Amino acid sequence: MDLSAINPVLLIASLMVAATPLLLAAIGELVVERAGVLNLGVEGMMIIGAIAGFAISVETTSPMLGLVAAMLAGAVLSLLFAFLTQFALANQVASGLALTLFGLGLSALMGQSYVGIKPPAMAKLDIPVLSDIPVLGPILFSHDPVLYLGIALTGAVYWFLKKSRGGLILRAVGESHDAAHALGYNVIRVRILAIMFGGACAGLGGAYISLIRVPQWTEGMTAGIGWIALALVVFASWKPWRVLLGAYLFGGINVLQLNLQAAGIAIPVEYLAMSPYLITILVLVIMSADKSGAPASLGRTFHASQ
Amino acid sequence: MSTPLLSIKGLTKTYPGVVANDDVSFDIGTNEVHALLGENGAGKSTLVKMIYGLVKPDSGTMTWNGQLFAPPEPKAARASGVAMVFQHFSLFDALSVAENVALGMENPPAMRDLARRIRRVSETYGLPLDPNRTVGDLSAGERQRVEIIRCLLQDPKLLIMDEPTSVLTPQEVEILFQTLNKLKAEGTSILYISHKLEEIRALCDHATILRLGKNVGECVPADTSARDMAELMVGDTLQTPTRTTEKAGAVVLDVSGLTLEPTNDYGTTLKNIHFTVRAGEILGIGGVAGNGQDELLSALSGESLTWPDSIKVNGQDVANLGPNARRGMGILAAPEERLGHAAAPDLSLTENALLTGAIREGLTNNGFVNWSKTTEFADTIIKEFDVRTPGNHVAARALSGGNLQKFVIGREVLQRPEVLVVNQPTWGVDAAAAASIRQALLDLAAGGAAIVVISQDLDELMEISDRFGALNEGRLSDLRPAAGLSIDEIGLMMGGAHGMEVAHVGDEEKEGASA
Repeated sequence: MDLSAINPVLLIASLMVAATPLLLAAIGELVVERAGVLNLGVEGMMIIGAIAGFAISVETTSPMLGLVAAMLAGAVLSLLFAFLTQFALANQVASGLALTLFGLGLSALMGQSYVGIKPPAMAKLDIPVLSDIPVLGPILFSHDPVLYLGIALTGAVYWFLKKSRGGLILRAVGESHDAAHALGYNVIRVRILAIMFGGACAGLGGAYISLIRVPQWTEGMTAGIGWIALALVVFASWKPWRVLLGAYLFGGINVLQLNLQAAGIAIPVEYLAMSPYLITILVLVIMSADKSGAPASLGRTFHASQ
Repeated sequence: MSTPLLSIKGLTKTYPGVVANDDVSFDIGTNEVHALLGENGAGKSTLVKMIYGLVKPDSGTMTWNGQLFAPPEPKAARASGVAMVFQHFSLFDALSVAENVALGMENPPAMRDLARRIRRVSETYGLPLDPNRTVGDLSAGERQRVEIIRCLLQDPKLLIMDEPTSVLTPQEVEILFQTLNKLKAEGTSILYISHKLEEIRALCDHATILRLGKNVGECVPADTSARDMAELMVGDTLQTPTRTTEKAGAVVLDVSGLTLEPTNDYGTTLKNIHFTVRAGEILGIGGVAGNGQDELLSALSGESLTWPDSIKVNGQDVANLGPNARRGMGILAAPEERLGHAAAPDLSLTENALLTGAIREGLTNNGFVNWSKTTEFADTIIKEFDVRTPGNHVAARALSGGNLQKFVIGREVLQRPEVLVVNQPTWGVDAAAAASIRQALLDLAAGGAAIVVISQDLDELMEISDRFGALNEGRLSDLRPAAGLSIDEIGLMMGGAHGMEVAHVGDEEKEGASA
């Protein structure tokens, strides 16, 4: 066992990369759930984003176009969910599960000819001067732009929900759709926009895995990140900064356990592999003890009576 | 009086199977408090929703200050100067007072300015309110203040109030009326919806009466007797329940030191409650909604278990027994919420009859349901309590609120309870059916049952109960004989005016004039 092989600077830098797909998907789902909708299709939207982003960036050789395509693909798939739950008034849990299964199948079909191909690389945003600072430079200032976008998005969502009128209306819709409707707000429209935002974020998170983190295409490569994102939103008590913290914690332990495996530590691999899940859930459960509850209308079907 | 502020002509609105409003016409003048009277289901709410732009009429027109008025959505109605205080469904529990107010405004100022304006308006009208508090923590009266202030901040020309006093103590009602009179003096018209006739006689200049969606008459409330108005509303003569027994027997239900934490976040803690009910006696428990009524019912029915010896029936401790064990002993209950609590919405009436009747009526046999006996029991309830339904196979949710209420009460009354606890037994039930439910409770007491009636309808409690107590913040007041209690005394038992004070608008004007 050789723990000295683990470089703390590289470890922190790579945990941020490992956490970003989870952060993006969870922040999107947080907005959806604050609007009172439970979309269990995150995993499906992520994998569709992963293959759509991969395919488009291979075809156009532009990773940027790939990311945009991934967001569009996630949003379009989420529209299917929106149609089912908001217009056809279908059960949200069943529709979300169906969306995940559909996304996994469709992505496997679309990705058949892309197995084994290398996508065009995404340029890192090496900020001059700042990225040369020892220790801090590689940790903070030499990542790809999407990683910074993820952090900025967390701040933006926090500001939107807390300070803006749009965010107030969104929270109101999630709290009591009947009251929001009685005051004349268009519950369905707010929810569809939130669902599409969640889809775009999930798609972007998926493409981050297939284009930047891994980068290649394999069937089912999101490997349950979408499910972790769903759990993260709940344990983070629907608060954006806690989602960021939870995602980084999860990413951090994940990267650490991979490093420990490589260093040949005398703990069975299976225990190491389950540790990120266990520790993240444990920490967030302790933090969520303050009882800030779920949006009151979460998962309930809205039907404007009369 | 020149052009009326709002003139309604021939408004009609039909829903599949129901005509909610049928050719309704009336005028609301400037500076007028206009009452809209009617039983539940008479079409008051639909009419008001059309004025507020939530519902579009099928035919008919409205004119606002002489101009055609057809708001496509509430925004447009608010822009014209219509504001509405809702009966239910318009506050958000998890948001603060200021956020709730902002949601009801077209162009709300920044939160800090809004908080200042809320403070100023609340002081001017004597409705003290902290803008930063979470609405879920407020009492029913305070929640109503939030709604009123939300309306006042928009300088409305027409203020619509949908049954505003159902959640207030008599003292709070008094203060609300003074606030409304100040508003009227400032030039605001008020459309006041209620079925409480004495209030309307005290407050309103003019009344329109709806029955089954039709305008069946208009009157000047001050010159019309409450009984005449009631008979216009119901379209029939009213039967007042009569009681036959006076004397009560041995103590049946003995509650002492009952304390209970609420089951949900915004519930009330019951604090050290003591009372006894004798055989043949009806104990009435009043109080503003949200002061522990639901918790008291769940403690008595066995849904929540409490400390040993806190509830005894005929000397036996039942505090640790669940609802079915209590049903076996003859302790039955009918909760307030009909759909989802008292009855399972998607099950048929027969199945719902089985749910609480299985034990006492012997409707099951070795784990198998005896359907013929169950159907018979359901039919008996339907017949005895005049439940209007196509048959016992109909789902509970398909019944109107009043009919389902008759079914739910009838189901418990017909099981010959020794102790019966009911919460809001006549909530949303028309006057004739309410009278028959009250009569059934009186008859049951005459047969020797001990009955606890929890209600927010004080008239009802005064009519049927032998002794009266009020819940206030989870505590029960001293019990007093119901006969001879004055409204003032009841109000004080209910906790008085909860910190409200009389509006200061007029005073300020006087000060301004003298300065």
